Amino acid sequence: MLAVDVEKQLGALRISVRFDAVGGVTALFGPSGAGKTSVVNMIAGLLTPDRGSIAVDDTVLFDAARGIDVPPHRRRIGYVFQEGRLFPHLSVRQNLDYGRRMSGRPRGAAEFERIAALLDIGHLLERRPRMLSGGERQRVAVGRALLMGPRLLLLDEPLASLDAAHKREILPYLVRLRDDAGIPMVYVSHTAAEVRRIATTVVRLDAGRVVAAGGLELLKDADVDGLD
Amino acid sequence: MLDLTPAEWTAVELSLRIAVVATACALPFGIAIGWLLARTNFWGKSVLDGLVFLPLVMPPVVTGYLLLIWFGRKAPIGAFLDNHFGIVFSFRWTGAALACGVMGFPLMVRPIRLALEAIDRKLEDAASTLGANRLWVFVSVTLPLALPGIIAGVVLCFARALGEFGATITFVSNIPGETQTVSALIYTLTQVPGGDAAAGRLVLIAIALAFAALVASEWLARRATIRFHGE
Repeated sequence: MLAVDVEKQLGALRISVRFDAVGGVTALFGPSGAGKTSVVNMIAGLLTPDRGSIAVDDTVLFDAARGIDVPPHRRRIGYVFQEGRLFPHLSVRQNLDYGRRMSGRPRGAAEFERIAALLDIGHLLERRPRMLSGGERQRVAVGRALLMGPRLLLLDEPLASLDAAHKREILPYLVRLRDDAGIPMVYVSHTAAEVRRIATTVVRLDAGRVVAAGGLELLKDADVDGLD
Repeated sequence: MLDLTPAEWTAVELSLRIAVVATACALPFGIAIGWLLARTNFWGKSVLDGLVFLPLVMPPVVTGYLLLIWFGRKAPIGAFLDNHFGIVFSFRWTGAALACGVMGFPLMVRPIRLALEAIDRKLEDAASTLGANRLWVFVSVTLPLALPGIIAGVVLCFARALGEFGATITFVSNIPGETQTVSALIYTLTQVPGGDAAAGRLVLIAIALAFAALVASEWLARRATIRFHGE
């Protein structure tokens, strides 16, 4: 379980967010500028909150009062960025292997095969990231985050940089991931239709605050946009 | 045409050795200083920036003179290095390498700094979420992505070291077999009657070496760029 209770002043935006996420896919849903990415960056350790605490299961990752701030490389939290952020100087295979190599875990061929099959990227392994389409790039980014053996997966608008066709291409993989991988996910999006497809829980953010938290019924009044 | 005498070969070999050692020894410092200038903010940064570039704008003979009064055998730094590490610079080829390294340093630091500034820091964040500590992020992401700039810096420093004359001859003189590089030998030959033919041969050698370094660097830089960023 993920427990977030953080405050952070970012220019004019004051982020003050508190929510729990219990397994499945928790969507952080809200308009641009609501502070969604900042919250995820705080969970990953890339941004330090001014106050509060972050914990996954029994592990405290951040606690301002107790002076705990686990650095990002020890948090074991997978992060899929909006722009993929694959390493341009490494092949797809080396990108996928990066997390495992950094943590020094032995190579699990079975796990590698399973995730490559799940995301259908087995035929791309020897390519460089610049030779991939947008959709392929994001699938590799998801695979790279999964192969580090994360206890939690953060996805920050993973479809935002893709056109409609590629969005439709990726979503089924993410749904499959939710149903098969069993890793809790936090999914950031400002698109209601996308959230409806993937999320099990919804946390609505606006102007740095949680305005509602609950099930998919929270999306009812949200605008419908052209995803499907 | 290229019928070099043993003394001339010695000068060529010495020039290459000095340039290689100077560049290799300058490289770790070049990366460290380039990183400091590109990535950090500290009090006195502009002073460091200026110091690094000073050898580029000062007359080489001034650089050589400063090296002489600091790194000579009886000078403060020179005596310390001699007593504690047995490193002697004055009137040795190592001193020539030091002079060449100092003269080439600004040319090395600048492209490295620019390359480090151009790197997308978000890739480094991505690496850290994947479990890489700061050192590994640097080794596995930052350095490879800065490689084209590092190659450019190495080549510029090497070329400068290969042709260095003023600082070297001021600091370690012009001793055949020890500090007499191609440049110094050409200078000597132009000072004696009948030295023109030998000087001409060495001039050709110097041009060929410079040209080879240039071609090699172009090739290396293009390969690195293609590898990382596409055609």
